[in-house]
Amino acid sequence: MDLEFDARYDAFRREVRDFLAEHRPRRAFGLAEGRNEDRVAWLSLQIEHGYWARTIPKEYGGYGAEPDLLETVIMDEEFNKAGVPRGMMAQGPSMLVPTLLSHGSEEQRRRWIGPTMRGEVIWCQGYSEPGSGSDLASLQTSATGDGEDFLINGQKIWTSTADKAQMCFILVRTEPEARKHEGISYLLLPMDTPGIEIQPLRTMSGSIGENSFNQVFFTDVRVPKANVVGKRGEGWKIANTTLKHERSSLNANAEGTWMRLARLMQKETIAGVPAMASPIYRDRLMRLHARALSMKHHGMRMLTCNLRGESPGVAGLIVKLQNCQLNFDMAALAIDVMGELGALYDHTKYEREHGYWQAHSIFSLGLIIGGGTAQIQKNIIAERGLGLPREPKPAAT
Amino acid sequence: MDFGLSEDQLLLEDTIRGFLADQVPIERVRELREQDCPNDRAVWRALAELGVTGILVPEAQGGSELALLDASLVSQALGHAVTPTPFLSSAVMAPIALEAVSGKAAEDWLAGIASGELVVAVAVTELSSVREEAGLRLQGGRLQGKAMMAIDACGADLLLLAIDPGRFAVVKSDAPGLETTRLATIDATRCTAELLLEGVTPEAVFEDAGHAIGRMLDAGRVALAADALGACESMVEQAVAYAKERKQFDRLIGSFQAVKHMCSEMIAEVEPARSLLWYAAHSFDASPDEAPLMSCHVLAHVSEIGREIASVATQVHGGIGWTDEQNLHFWFKRIANARHLLGGPEYLRNRAAELQGFAPAA
Ligand SMILES: Cc1cc2nc3c(=O)[nH]c(=O)nc-3n(C[C@H](O)[C@H](O)[C@H](O)COP(=O)(O)OP(=O)(O)OC[C@H]3O[C@@H](n4cnc5c(N)ncnc54)[C@H](O)[C@@H]3O)c2cc1C
Repeated sequence: MDLEFDARYDAFRREVRDFLAEHRPRRAFGLAEGRNEDRVAWLSLQIEHGYWARTIPKEYGGYGAEPDLLETVIMDEEFNKAGVPRGMMAQGPSMLVPTLLSHGSEEQRRRWIGPTMRGEVIWCQGYSEPGSGSDLASLQTSATGDGEDFLINGQKIWTSTADKAQMCFILVRTEPEARKHEGISYLLLPMDTPGIEIQPLRTMSGSIGENSFNQVFFTDVRVPKANVVGKRGEGWKIANTTLKHERSSLNANAEGTWMRLARLMQKETIAGVPAMASPIYRDRLMRLHARALSMKHHGMRMLTCNLRGESPGVAGLIVKLQNCQLNFDMAALAIDVMGELGALYDHTKYEREHGYWQAHSIFSLGLIIGGGTAQIQKNIIAERGLGLPREPKPAAT
Repeated sequence: MDFGLSEDQLLLEDTIRGFLADQVPIERVRELREQDCPNDRAVWRALAELGVTGILVPEAQGGSELALLDASLVSQALGHAVTPTPFLSSAVMAPIALEAVSGKAAEDWLAGIASGELVVAVAVTELSSVREEAGLRLQGGRLQGKAMMAIDACGADLLLLAIDPGRFAVVKSDAPGLETTRLATIDATRCTAELLLEGVTPEAVFEDAGHAIGRMLDAGRVALAADALGACESMVEQAVAYAKERKQFDRLIGSFQAVKHMCSEMIAEVEPARSLLWYAAHSFDASPDEAPLMSCHVLAHVSEIGREIASVATQVHGGIGWTDEQNLHFWFKRIANARHLLGGPEYLRNRAAELQGFAPAA
């Protein structure tokens, strides 16, 4: 245990603070808002200073630093305080890039990692299908060989940001004869390829937040065989590393959200008295504080395992389950504190914080489901983490 | 930069767990519960040889002067094995308080604690909860009054009693005018007693000891949380092991998803709590300003998850979990008793709010 912030770290913290004071953008750039060039410029500037893509090798467009636990903590704390997101929460940086780093060819890494981290290329994840959600390995979208190319036919669904993405990392069945898990390949597919049709789906969040949810139809979509990541038929294994990254990247900033909740409770009044003065709300807030602190330090522990090259075992498998539920519960308290005004929505008069907490509630519910539902997480924790026996296969009917 | 246990700490943990499995298995715990005080001197002396009794005592007094994180690992191991010992009072709370006040007497007591020959109980309940008109007064140099749920008092040589948040006294356990009565709780592995004092002359009274008392409570809360978390861990292990051997409907019950999910939910609570415990213990030595808040949070949090785990792990066992013979109840009760020993969760959370300026200070 060594968390000594020596002089080097103080200097680093000052550096981050100065950077933010000078360059902090007036508003965040999401995928839906702000100009694309502004987002790319801001992410590029962060990479240049090493606050984003910090440990990605230079030759792939990163900053090329050695991983360091406290630097990560300091960057997160300072960006939190400034109220600016560090980097970009999107499927490209959090899922595709780690996958390419572990399974991609040299050419794929050089071509895609830099532009993805800079936000020049937006990715979507083409995994789920109407008949294949939790049982992802049953997917049916097919890719059949045609000379140097594959022809893709089928349908994906629940594809976030498909309408904004230039690229898709997609799972397709390339070996129809092989067993369920062995016939899948992981492909990189340009979204402007002819034969792709995107149909947006309205979500329960309505106009709140950045939401884009789609179904995507594929008719004879031609993609070079060279776009396979790893080997043909290994897509399932590779997708599992990606999912692992998605699940650990959901180690969202629980402490930052908790601080925002505490500020709300100091500001929001009931009959002129701040909600914080209520022992009931306060007790709930403190209970959430302990949970947020435990997930914060759990994140530090997971990072340490990573740096030491140790497997965190079952302790790593519980992160997504716990963080998503914690976020949902924090939003629930915020909404309760606002009482009847907590339901206000769509920039109505009296709405608080531009509807942040309703959005947080709805999006954390989405994350409880997306990327492997809570129930699937519990199956994984029990079977892989605790070694409990698998469910017996139902007898064939 | 690192947030994990060191090689030395892993070794310490292994050594203590190995010793307890060997020397104080559950069969021995069953015997100890029949004694007037379950804290067995032979066990304590053996632990002294492993350096456990003096783990927090300064080297100058013969201790090993380790950190609270190390002591917490020991505490966790003791909870895991539901071993009755005066570790919380004599090896954690008393040394922290005595070290914070200076003087020859305190040093001698610390040396006695380190050798394992001197067992010191603590009585601090009234600092967080006054019931049954308990409380102590100092009148003309003598102590008068009542202290409830004094920890490890029956088999102790010396008692450390908080008079108020700023003062504590040290009293010999055989001092005239002191009557110690064990109060049986559900938890037969931890000794708690009522102390009645009629004009007891203390060995010493430490004034201006607010800081010492505060540090003692911080350390005690972290160590108690560690103990309860160790008990939780064991309950999860026992539930998982049982789910892998018990069959119903021609299947191992661990293949039923309802049972799997009970186990997953328990471990999903245990692991982050362990991370919080490490940080709380670490902060006690590395950033003491944070320790009051962290110690309240970790104990309240472990108490909450502990209640649920104790119940669910028992449910995984079905009927046998509810028997005396199966032993699981030792862990259940250890967790249940810890919940209110150094301030219950509601008290601790209110304190956590006060410490952050969110609640009017009491
Ligand atoms: C906000 C959001 C964003 C998403 N983004 C994407 C994306 O970008 N790309 C993409 O490919 N997909 C995306 N998804 C899809 C997501 O991965 C799936 O919705 C999810 O895996 C569940 O699959 P399903 O919807 O088919 O539900 P089902 O699998 O039909 O599940 C329905 C219910 O049954 C339960 N269940 C199913 N199987 C089991 C089992 N074995 N044991 C216990 N319970 C079980 C589930 O837990 C759930 O409660 C997103 C989903 C959401 C909500």
